[in-house]
Amino acid sequence: MGEGFHPTTADELEAVVKWAAAERTPLEVIGSGSKRNWGRAVQSAHTLRIDGITGVIDYEPAELVLTVKAGTPLTDVQTLLKEHNQELPFEPADLSAVLGVAAQAGTIGGVLATNLSGPRRLKAGAARDHVLGLEAVSGRGEIFKAGGRVVKNVTGYDLSRGFCSSWGTLAVATSFSIKVLPRAAKECTFVLLGLTPQEASSAMSEAMGSSAEVSSAGYLPKGFCPLSLEHSITLLRLEGIPVSIDYRLDKLRSILKRFPSQELIEGQASRKTWGDLRDLIPFAGSDKPLWKLSVSPTAGQQVIAELEKRFAIKWMMDWAGGLVWVEMEGEGPHDVPLRRIITENGGGHAMLLRGSAELRASVDVFQPQIETLMGLSKRLKAQFDPHGILNPGRMYAGI
Amino acid sequence: MAAIAMPKPSQETLKKRSKIVADLQKIVRGEGVICDEVEMRPYETDALTAYRQLPLVVVLPETVDQVSRVLKYCYDNDVKVVPRGAGTSLSGGALPLEDGVLLSMMKFNRILEIDLENRAVVTQPGVTNLGITTAVQQDGFYYAPDPSSQIACSIGGNIAENSGGVHSLKYGLTTNNLLGLEIVLITGEVIRLGGKHLDSEAYDLLALLTGSEGLLAVVTEVTVRVLQKPETARAALIGFPTSETAGKCVAEIIGAGIIPGGMELMDKLAIDAAEDFVHAGYPLDVDALMIVELDGPEAEVDDLLKRVSAIAEKNGSSYLRVSQSEEERNTFWAGRKAAFPAVGRISPDYLCMDGTIPRAALPQVLQEMQELSEKHGLRVANVFHAGDGNLHPLILYDANIPGELAAAEAFGADILRLCVKVGGVLTGEHGVGIEKRDLMPEMYSEDDLKQQQRVKCAFDEKQLLNPGKMFPVLHRCAELGFMHVHQGQLPFPDIPRF
Repeated sequence: MGEGFHPTTADELEAVVKWAAAERTPLEVIGSGSKRNWGRAVQSAHTLRIDGITGVIDYEPAELVLTVKAGTPLTDVQTLLKEHNQELPFEPADLSAVLGVAAQAGTIGGVLATNLSGPRRLKAGAARDHVLGLEAVSGRGEIFKAGGRVVKNVTGYDLSRGFCSSWGTLAVATSFSIKVLPRAAKECTFVLLGLTPQEASSAMSEAMGSSAEVSSAGYLPKGFCPLSLEHSITLLRLEGIPVSIDYRLDKLRSILKRFPSQELIEGQASRKTWGDLRDLIPFAGSDKPLWKLSVSPTAGQQVIAELEKRFAIKWMMDWAGGLVWVEMEGEGPHDVPLRRIITENGGGHAMLLRGSAELRASVDVFQPQIETLMGLSKRLKAQFDPHGILNPGRMYAGI
Repeated sequence: MAAIAMPKPSQETLKKRSKIVADLQKIVRGEGVICDEVEMRPYETDALTAYRQLPLVVVLPETVDQVSRVLKYCYDNDVKVVPRGAGTSLSGGALPLEDGVLLSMMKFNRILEIDLENRAVVTQPGVTNLGITTAVQQDGFYYAPDPSSQIACSIGGNIAENSGGVHSLKYGLTTNNLLGLEIVLITGEVIRLGGKHLDSEAYDLLALLTGSEGLLAVVTEVTVRVLQKPETARAALIGFPTSETAGKCVAEIIGAGIIPGGMELMDKLAIDAAEDFVHAGYPLDVDALMIVELDGPEAEVDDLLKRVSAIAEKNGSSYLRVSQSEEERNTFWAGRKAAFPAVGRISPDYLCMDGTIPRAALPQVLQEMQELSEKHGLRVANVFHAGDGNLHPLILYDANIPGELAAAEAFGADILRLCVKVGGVLTGEHGVGIEKRDLMPEMYSEDDLKQQQRVKCAFDEKQLLNPGKMFPVLHRCAELGFMHVHQGQLPFPDIPRF
């Protein structure tokens, strides 16, 4: 019978990892476990949960920096920031609806371990862009810190950002310092109705290449969700002070006047629209395989066109076309043709977000790496976790 | 030569020099291999000119294949390699080694692709930072990170140092604007990372490579994000009777939720030197001068300027001028951008420091820095990127007076210790190099530094790439593998289980 460790301090966590390293026994490392249905399953007798290590260490709103323990619930972080009219600019998603688990259970550690970013990633950057420092325990059981609490810092390698999408396979974080930003005073979404995916792609590209400072750009095909029942919807989000939004809205109207069917979603409705897309609500309530495709923004619609020739799919575009969510009919596996299509259209990568345990065990959930790159990844793993005790196999076999 | 010790040269490599040169000439033919002492002279130092060393040989490859073969040759023959871009490092990152090949990447000087639909530029690493902006500006785009040396520094060097600039508060550092890299490992293996898409698959090696100071790999291709230029940019010149009130004003502007495009501070000595040099029209009856630049749509800029002015007034500002034209805005900046050479005119030599502190600590740090100035008997002029807490104290000294360089270095080290003490870091944008190498233990414990070296060992186990930089002690990778093992049977009864 395996153990379930639930430390409440960094020292306790260090002790557990030291023991596991000495025993050469693997640990499944989780925050609260809300993303367990995502990625590859870990074969281990023991589980290490970090959601007992909670609390704010330091928060000075005027410094725009929050230092928080890794197991702190994401919702606690968001609530605290909101009280000071600030937020996590990369707006992490709550994937519970699409993964079929309890809502709003994730930890800040889980968000950063998976580099989970929402629609505003397009303008504000990803989760990893906002990490300034971390404290962690390596797979050798060594507790260490990297980075700091200031925005500008090039003292040594950038381990804090570098560890951000390592899924707990290199080290277990105990705390993070994160850059936060003021919430926008206002937001609205400029909508174009009835565009083809190709038209939407060029409209989004033009909007992003203008000085309208669009913070999110997405496309929902006709029939995809209640919002797009009758027409396809191209969404361009504007945030900022009212006088600036009005001006930028006029700018968008003028740049995109060749698409006359225009609408506006304001205030709370705009926030809800982006919140639903961020949390992938239109894909909820299904167990069909759901893939996350990261491609050159203008290649998004080409990849979709190629996919539609071969498969029955349900899809939407975010990040101005650079992020494509694709739900596949049937179990597949679809990984090989899917990735070939990406390669043939400018490159990028695909990750399986939702899939049955059998599917996740049988396909490459993460983008396969060429041999030289895999060699480098394995050497990095071997340096930080020589006995392979931290989430072995969570991303790739051998890592 | 000043005091920082470099790794002992390998006598074996020095003995084999003529063979190494001949072998490298077979890989890079013609003028791409420089071994004549006079011709190597321009490569003996970077922008940290107190340190000089002639390299074993200089190699200027032109193709990725040549880079790969040179590195593999060095790997096979245990020869050290120091990569070099434009040589503008302020921390000695490109200081040659007596027994090391200096690998100059400046023949990689072409922009490969401009893809404005995806707002991406693919370029070779020897292109200058400003060269990228120049290539896209006719379409209204620019590359955001803008280090002061942008006219000369290469984008490859920017990757190595994770360069920032005056606009990094709003637009981020190199790491936030980088999409993809092609790198060559010391083994000669060529690896591509990222591309025009967002976010890396698997481990975020882009993050580890950015700011790695040439210790992990040699960059042969770079893909960066370019942005549309803001429609309007206006700057305000705000004077304060004391540095403390200026520092408080900075914190309040940020606290009010305003993120200016740039926010700079200069102290009295820097203001006087700059005004005397470029006649920017700076007020001379203030103790601290702030330049705040707001950018975006005109209506937004006007609104924010009003709010910034009100906050400044509340904090006791004694001077306020808002730029009324692009020409005037550029004049405001001219003084700031010339601050380093301006200080160079009032002192035979100066040492430029680069710590970052939490903004709230600014008044305390300025006060203690004055005390340190008296203690060491040297003047200090202060120029900072106030918005992100990045200080550039310029320590004035005269290298011809025996002992003054050592005193200046001791003063600089004390300033950096002060930065760490208040919760800051040793270097905000200039890098560790050799300059701050021996101060690393002030900020990091031995275990912290070990983790950094483990990254090095994953990329370059033989430690042939740029050794002697960044790490105060060079552990062999095998030594780092040692682990304290204490056997036990679940000996932690107190740890909660679930």
